[in-house]
Amino acid sequence: MIHLKVNGVERAFEGDPDMPLLWYLRDILGLTGTKFGCGMALCGACTVLQNGTAVRSCSKRMSTLAGAEITTIEEISVHGPHAVQAAWVHVNVPQCGYCQPGQIMQAISLLKTKPAATDGDIDDVMSGNICRCGTYQRIRAAIHEAAKEMA
Amino acid sequence: MIPTATSKIDTKALAPNRISKLTIENVSRRGFLQGMFSAGAVVLCARLVPRPLWAEGILAEGGPTAAIDASAFRPSLWVGIQTDGVVYIVAHRSEMGNGVRTSLPRILADELDADWARVHVVQGDGDERYGSQDTDGSHSVREFFDALREAGATARLMLVRAAAQQWGVPESQCVADPVHVVSDRNSTRKLGYGELASAAAKLPVPKKEEVKLKSPADWRYIGKPAKGLDAPDLCAGKPMFGMDVRLEGMLYAAVARPPVLGGKVKSLDDKAALQVLGVKRTIPIDPFTASPAAQPLGGVAVIADNTWSAFKGRNKLQIAWENGSHGVYNSTQFKKELQETARQPGKLVHSVGDVDAEFAKGGKIVEAEYFAPHLAHASMEPPVAVADVQGEKVTVWLPTQDPQGVQEQVAKALGTKKEDVTCHVTLLGGGFGRKSLPDYAVEAAVLSKKTGKPVKVVWSREDDIKFDYFHSVAAMYMKASLDEAGKPKAWLQRSVFPPIGSTFNESAVYGGDGEMSMGWNPLPFDLPNFRAENGKATAHVRIGWLRSVANIYHAFAVQSFANELAYAANRDPFDYLLALLGPPRILDSAAHAQPGIAEKYPYDIGRLRHVAELVADKSGWGKRKLGKGSGMGIAVHRSFLTYVATVVEAEVDSSGAVRIPQVHTVVDAGIVVNPEMVRQQFEGAAVFGSSIARTGEITATGGAIDQSNFSDYPVARMNDAPVHTDIHIVESAAPPAGVGEPGVPPFVPALCNAIFAATGKRVRELPLSRNGFA
Repeated sequence: MIHLKVNGVERAFEGDPDMPLLWYLRDILGLTGTKFGCGMALCGACTVLQNGTAVRSCSKRMSTLAGAEITTIEEISVHGPHAVQAAWVHVNVPQCGYCQPGQIMQAISLLKTKPAATDGDIDDVMSGNICRCGTYQRIRAAIHEAAKEMA
Repeated sequence: MIPTATSKIDTKALAPNRISKLTIENVSRRGFLQGMFSAGAVVLCARLVPRPLWAEGILAEGGPTAAIDASAFRPSLWVGIQTDGVVYIVAHRSEMGNGVRTSLPRILADELDADWARVHVVQGDGDERYGSQDTDGSHSVREFFDALREAGATARLMLVRAAAQQWGVPESQCVADPVHVVSDRNSTRKLGYGELASAAAKLPVPKKEEVKLKSPADWRYIGKPAKGLDAPDLCAGKPMFGMDVRLEGMLYAAVARPPVLGGKVKSLDDKAALQVLGVKRTIPIDPFTASPAAQPLGGVAVIADNTWSAFKGRNKLQIAWENGSHGVYNSTQFKKELQETARQPGKLVHSVGDVDAEFAKGGKIVEAEYFAPHLAHASMEPPVAVADVQGEKVTVWLPTQDPQGVQEQVAKALGTKKEDVTCHVTLLGGGFGRKSLPDYAVEAAVLSKKTGKPVKVVWSREDDIKFDYFHSVAAMYMKASLDEAGKPKAWLQRSVFPPIGSTFNESAVYGGDGEMSMGWNPLPFDLPNFRAENGKATAHVRIGWLRSVANIYHAFAVQSFANELAYAANRDPFDYLLALLGPPRILDSAAHAQPGIAEKYPYDIGRLRHVAELVADKSGWGKRKLGKGSGMGIAVHRSFLTYVATVVEAEVDSSGAVRIPQVHTVVDAGIVVNPEMVRQQFEGAAVFGSSIARTGEITATGGAIDQSNFSDYPVARMNDAPVHTDIHIVESAAPPAGVGEPGVPPFVPALCNAIFAATGKRVRELPLSRNGFA
């Protein structure tokens, strides 16, 4: 039995300890905002926060998560749009939108550690997140905008 | 929108407008939209009768209304206005980042003078009575622009009439102004659309002659930027995609497919798989018969109670495969074969003058060979489908570009009727052409039938890359002879690639009309002697459509070769390109395969020159001093009826690392409905193009695909994508053309031309990683 907190709620997991967090969130808890993209921590679509820091949920096995506090995109918007989400909408970042929850979680994590992230900081951190529609320049702009809003 | 648990022919991309007749009807009291509207709502249906149906006279007698049973009748496009003023508009085409759920309803809302904030967009299920729902070929706006306008204007006129009757004043005294309300010109009286809905519902539909479309100067939405309708929900992670569908009691499936096309299971040992926690059973899936088309590839499905267990179980299957004839496919050898074919005369595509006679005269001859490999789509959301088979009835939820194709293929596979298959279209996490073919839906349906439960088939990224409908590999041979001024006197080009047609008919070895029209014939150049040929090639993998399709390799060859000739002639590449384009003129439509298109969309060299001149201006071509290792490259291309010119700036360091600091793209797509979306499409096309150019390469060994995930099939990331892409949209009153795809083709040659300007090294084989660049 693995005990962890997901979006502030205590959870107990009894399944296959090899199961990645991603599939626990999506298939067991029904939190489908966290997306499946590659299963190998290559694309960032599955990004969630573990104790406040961005991690790839597709590569975090449940066996490693005892006591962890997980935050997903669903929790971020529970009290209305987060500044990062608002900036995303304002800059009109999404095209298909599939990768954007992961991008947003990564950006939230980035701005926690670097509230005044430079282009270089953004490129370094956000390059782990793939967008096939090619929204990168808008993502960069939205992060700058959110940073201003949050300052 | 989505539940949470609880033979195609490749000419289609340039097919003529498939609609020839529009009828609008007042269906307020038909009751077919049960649950959607409350009593008193006015509901209009605009029915687009597809050309073939009409042309064949099936519906000719008495018109379409008489021919279609009213009880079976469902509208093509509809708009409904509730008594509370909410306007419902159906989006009958697929949203995959192309923006149709925003742009199509805005066309109608504009003519209706509806308040966009009070418009609810409803996604249409698969239904042939919608007309074409096949969201490909960049034709959603082009095909439905007129119909949506007329539907909106008709509804507006009925609301105005209802107000005039209520007030007892002449219709001319009433006007839909400012928005969502009808006003009396001679007083301050106003009636909201909701207040007028019930009265309008009782009115007959005005005759076409009575309906006045707005003048473009009065458009309130068309041509004005709008943000994506779904952006807030997408950013909140709401369940909207096929991958997010969950049904009560649903099972999950992962399929082990034959690594080689046409392969079969020789022997199976599933003992270890069945030991995996959560795995319920394994089920064989039959291999396809005849040609692959949209049939499953076959193999063995692992059924489990969650996705992870299905994946894990699949990894434990012990399968011996019988590979069949395509096991001979080796990309290195195949490349040599394609190149050898391209060096020999091929099938004639088009000829002007006599290139052979001109070449025989000697003079300065330039030859070059180009090569472009297979590509995979790798949309962020891998293929996924949920099917629920209940007796004869099938319900499918999935991200698809072609819901009617889903109905057909699922019905065929299960031996049921197309009408018994309900296809709910979710949002697509990218499509790029992959989701035009619903083999994954058929897998889900087959498995649901066998298990008696709803089944969700989830493709892993590895499945997606290994079992794609690949963009074709292509070899091109180019030859020109130049006059004293360096202008071509003769131009010969040969293109060789396994065609898309092979997916539907294994014997197809030549490109279809669609493929040959994509950047190969006509060329926009002023050439006294020209010959285009196509050599034969046999496919060993499934070939499909990928965003801009054959334009990718054809534009790469043609626009790179034009650049090579500029240097051979010692001319500035931009000046030379203009000289090649020649004087503004309309190309002879008889010379190219675009039946029904040329009247409305003539191939206008003046517009192509204009975008080229503008992009040179915007990019500071020839005016800016670039540092060592930097260069600018230009390319122009018309595809999907849209004229595009791109200038790419590249910086190449001593290690061969390429940075792309700036891209300028100028677009003339005729009337643009949503410039914001157009910018997004062309920004995205530069990134998509940079993935193709830098690292895009799928290869096969022994018939099996070598790549598997983003580790060995890298795509552009933020740190290697173009840093800034500026889009300039040409204002135009020409009919709307495509925007989803046309940004891709010119990007790759513009980048390669920039790299040549920066380094003197010519890229004739994609991707860049094959040329010592990174």
